[in-house]
Amino acid sequence: MYDLIVVGGGPAGLAAACSAWDSGLRSILIVERDRELGGILNQCIHNGFGLTYFKEELTGPEYAHRFVELLSKTGVEVRTDTMVLEITGDLRIHMTGPETGYRVEEARSVILAMGCRERTRGAIGIPGYRPAGVFTAGAAQRYVNVEGWLPGKRVVILGSGDIGLIMARRMTLEGAKVLACVEVMPYSGGLTRNIVQCLEDYDIPLYLSHTVTDIRGRDRVEQVVVSEVDERRRPIPGTEMVFDCDTLLLSVGLIPENELTQSAGIRIDPRTKGPEVFENMETSLPGVFSCGNVTHVHDLVDFVTQESQRAGAAAAKYVLNGPAAGESIALRNGNGVSYTVPQRVRPENVEKVFNVFFRVNRIFGPSRIVVSAGERELCRFKRDRLAPGEMENITVPVKLLEGVAGEITVSVKEA
Amino acid sequence: MTDVVIIGCGVIGAAAAMELSRYRASVLILERENDVAVGTTKANSAVLHAGYDPKPGTLMARLNVRGNRLAMEYCEALDVPYKRCGSLVLAFSEKEVGTLRELLDRGVKNGVPGLEILTGDEARRREPELADTVLAALWAPTAGIVSPWEMCLAFAETAVKNGAELRLNTEVTGLEKTESGWRVRTNRGDVEARYVVNAAGVESDLVHDMAAHHAFDVKPSRGEYYLLDKAEGNRVGTVVFQCPSERGKGVLVSPTVHGNLIVGPNAEPSAREDISTTAQGLDFVRETAKLSVPGVDFSKSIRNFAGVRANTGHDDFVISVPAPHFVDLAGICSPGLTSAPAIGEYAAELLAGEGLSLEKKEDFVFTRKRIRFQELSPEARAELVAKDPAYGRVICRCETVTEGEIRASFDTPIPPVSVDGVKRRVNAGMGRCQGGFCGPRVVEILSEKLGVAPGEVVKDRAGMKILVNETKGGGENV
Ligand SMILES: Cc1cc2nc3c(=O)[nH]c(=O)nc-3n(C[C@H](O)[C@H](O)[C@H](O)COP(=O)(O)OP(=O)(O)OC[C@H]3O[C@@H](n4cnc5c(N)ncnc54)[C@H](O)[C@@H]3O)c2cc1C
Ligand SMILES: Cc1cc2nc3c(=O)[nH]c(=O)nc-3n(C[C@H](O)[C@H](O)[C@H](O)COP(=O)(O)OP(=O)(O)OC[C@H]3O[C@@H](n4cnc5c(N)ncnc54)[C@H](O)[C@@H]3O)c2cc1C
Repeated sequence: MYDLIVVGGGPAGLAAACSAWDSGLRSILIVERDRELGGILNQCIHNGFGLTYFKEELTGPEYAHRFVELLSKTGVEVRTDTMVLEITGDLRIHMTGPETGYRVEEARSVILAMGCRERTRGAIGIPGYRPAGVFTAGAAQRYVNVEGWLPGKRVVILGSGDIGLIMARRMTLEGAKVLACVEVMPYSGGLTRNIVQCLEDYDIPLYLSHTVTDIRGRDRVEQVVVSEVDERRRPIPGTEMVFDCDTLLLSVGLIPENELTQSAGIRIDPRTKGPEVFENMETSLPGVFSCGNVTHVHDLVDFVTQESQRAGAAAAKYVLNGPAAGESIALRNGNGVSYTVPQRVRPENVEKVFNVFFRVNRIFGPSRIVVSAGERELCRFKRDRLAPGEMENITVPVKLLEGVAGEITVSVKEA
Repeated sequence: MTDVVIIGCGVIGAAAAMELSRYRASVLILERENDVAVGTTKANSAVLHAGYDPKPGTLMARLNVRGNRLAMEYCEALDVPYKRCGSLVLAFSEKEVGTLRELLDRGVKNGVPGLEILTGDEARRREPELADTVLAALWAPTAGIVSPWEMCLAFAETAVKNGAELRLNTEVTGLEKTESGWRVRTNRGDVEARYVVNAAGVESDLVHDMAAHHAFDVKPSRGEYYLLDKAEGNRVGTVVFQCPSERGKGVLVSPTVHGNLIVGPNAEPSAREDISTTAQGLDFVRETAKLSVPGVDFSKSIRNFAGVRANTGHDDFVISVPAPHFVDLAGICSPGLTSAPAIGEYAAELLAGEGLSLEKKEDFVFTRKRIRFQELSPEARAELVAKDPAYGRVICRCETVTEGEIRASFDTPIPPVSVDGVKRRVNAGMGRCQGGFCGPRVVEILSEKLGVAPGEVVKDRAGMKILVNETKGGGENV
């Protein structure tokens, strides 16, 4: 019986395990299905990690390495090349690996840190042929950065999410010609710094309000047809542009990997597609916590680390001091807000302040983020600009919740 | 000199080969592509039809009903996933209720057991997700679902195990009558045969014309599909059809043996090779399916695909002997998959009629088994991994397919040569991430097993190369 089993050894799992150790737990197991710890960071060889947390620019593997170092100074047990196949409601964890065999381990607490997977062509239903040469951007990244193989020479990228943008630059540096980046929304889904550094610096055109409407070529991609879309995102006939290319990369979103979560009967928030969590990252199943991309999709690993440290400390508290107490208050999504994490707060379980991460559902100019209880405004935060591609983060003093029952609302008011 | 050359290794060629491999005759299958089951056999509705559709008295009616029974028997024996889940044909108007009665009548004449017309409410009790507008439904308990490519593969493997030879990447380009039979011209040299069987699918009219006077045209008709995530797999438990029309059996909503939901097809004239999907086609499929089962959540789609029917405009398959020692198994449109085992039997009969001697082998092997890690109990898994650690490493996360299963597929009578070939054999890459994660690992294993560079590994057909060249770092981790 372990005090804590952490499922997934990416940045989320690593930070959570370290902080659970620092908070006093001594029997901790991390299970990672890859051969190495580090998660998706291992294939992100570009710079730009750690600016907030370490105040320096690291590559993905460097960032991961810092935590692997920290971990090696603890007594946390690590099983790599081992995949968790099932988590039962009574916290029995089924796992399998060539070295460790098929095993069922019991745990007092569990941290879910499985990350996410990429949306595919099938999920967005691009018509046309199904030749070789259509890749998700992350799969292409793995081929280029880890396997050392280039998946194509003339490339169109659908979706302006960060992975797509990073890959536009990466493929260009490897000698491929990136013809266009195509985005169905009227704004980019990625970080502004990536638009500048990965597209503009290499003169790669970004077509907003456009999408791919046909893939041609029976064996290998030969052409991709791009059309403009109307306000309802339907292609406008007559706007077709044909690109001669051999590759289409898809950067059309990430989906938290929650099949295990569901097998344990944990409640999923349809908006984040991750488990609903409380202020301490605890899920609807007591003793099970969740952090990182499996909870909601992050753009910056620094926030993953912070969130995961909270989850690790909370798991330790749960094992050492017993379950968290108190009534909970729900966080509602007001104007402009597409989700919040956490979804519920238990004021009794908060010392001074709690963090709320959220995303807006369109671009806002100068505006205020307002937290309110009914008609009463509890606090407000000023922002110059808000965009769906950039996760927002506010810190709310818990004393403001005194006398509040039921729910509070987070909304955006344009100035 | 080979006794029988079979042209094409879709389910029809494979079924004929397996049937003939029961006998002492030598059998050679020639397939143009690099694998079996890559034509229409891999892209259809995967339904084992009960047999109420075909006109009574046709060959199709007889072969469908017998094929339905044999297919399930064979799948059981050869470890092919199938399920006798039954089917419903829905009627939304009084006129369509009339159609149901006609189908019932035909079914009874064709010898289909257990047919029954249900009221709308009875149908909804069976399938709670059916639309309120359903007035009545024809229930056919003997209908089922199957893994079409695995059925074809199992038939072909069984044929090979029993002595048949399979030559892949071999395209038949001409046929010449000889004294004792046929000279079969291919891109890889000539083959002498006593008998030839045409099982060339949507190109069966072209192969026919190589041997006999022009007699029919294949008029290809494409059908497009959605395949939905397992989260939608329980939306229905039986195959849900709409009333058939001139254009086909209509759009169906059905579970698959792999636990997904399949929705489609439409029917549009197309080129023989045109397996592309279209926005209009997919829109039509979505809209039409919602009439039967309004709750289908298409945001859970994981893949679209299309297959081409070998329609001929006749109400029957084109199965005959148009030239001496030459058998057409042509124009095998739907329900060809279902009928395949019966078509195989019938092909043997026709060849016997042409003089082929059918002397049974005593040592005919009719078993096949593969390990499916996902379906094992925890105890069985533990035991397996202890014996062979490769079964402990999960390669395909969505479908829980292990390295052991992938490696074992290379030790079968027809080993895979492509990423999709691995997928058809062990399901790796079939799930919700569509090979995004396991693709690179499968490429790695193929490259090792085939002894070629990763850049030579193909997605499916020869020519479908995945990677173009090594990066500047040349495989280094830069
Ligand atoms: C291409 C790309 C570029 C990025 N660029 C930047 C950037 O420039 N700057 C920045 O700050 N952030 C960046 N990010 C974001 C950051 O990398 C992620 O937010 C972070 O990696 C998420 O961490 P995680 O631990 O939640 O998930 P992951 O890193 O995905 O780790 C999850 C781990 O869980 C394991 N796992 C999953 N299921 C199981 C199971 N059943 N059993 C065992 N193990 C399992 C996985 O193998 C994986 O190792 C980028 C992300 C991507 C994908
Ligand atoms: C949309 C759709 C839905 C269907 N649904 C069902 C269903 O639910 N149930 C059912 O029972 N049936 C169904 N069918 C019908 C069924 O799929 C077909 O009848 C069956 O797959 C035909 O198999 P085949 O072997 O004749 O053709 P194929 O699988 O196409 O095989 C023909 C093979 O011949 C090869 N070939 C062609 N020319 C040459 C040459 N010159 N030399 C060498 N090789 C050659 C090809 O490469 C190919 O591999 C459906 C069909 C379609 C299109």
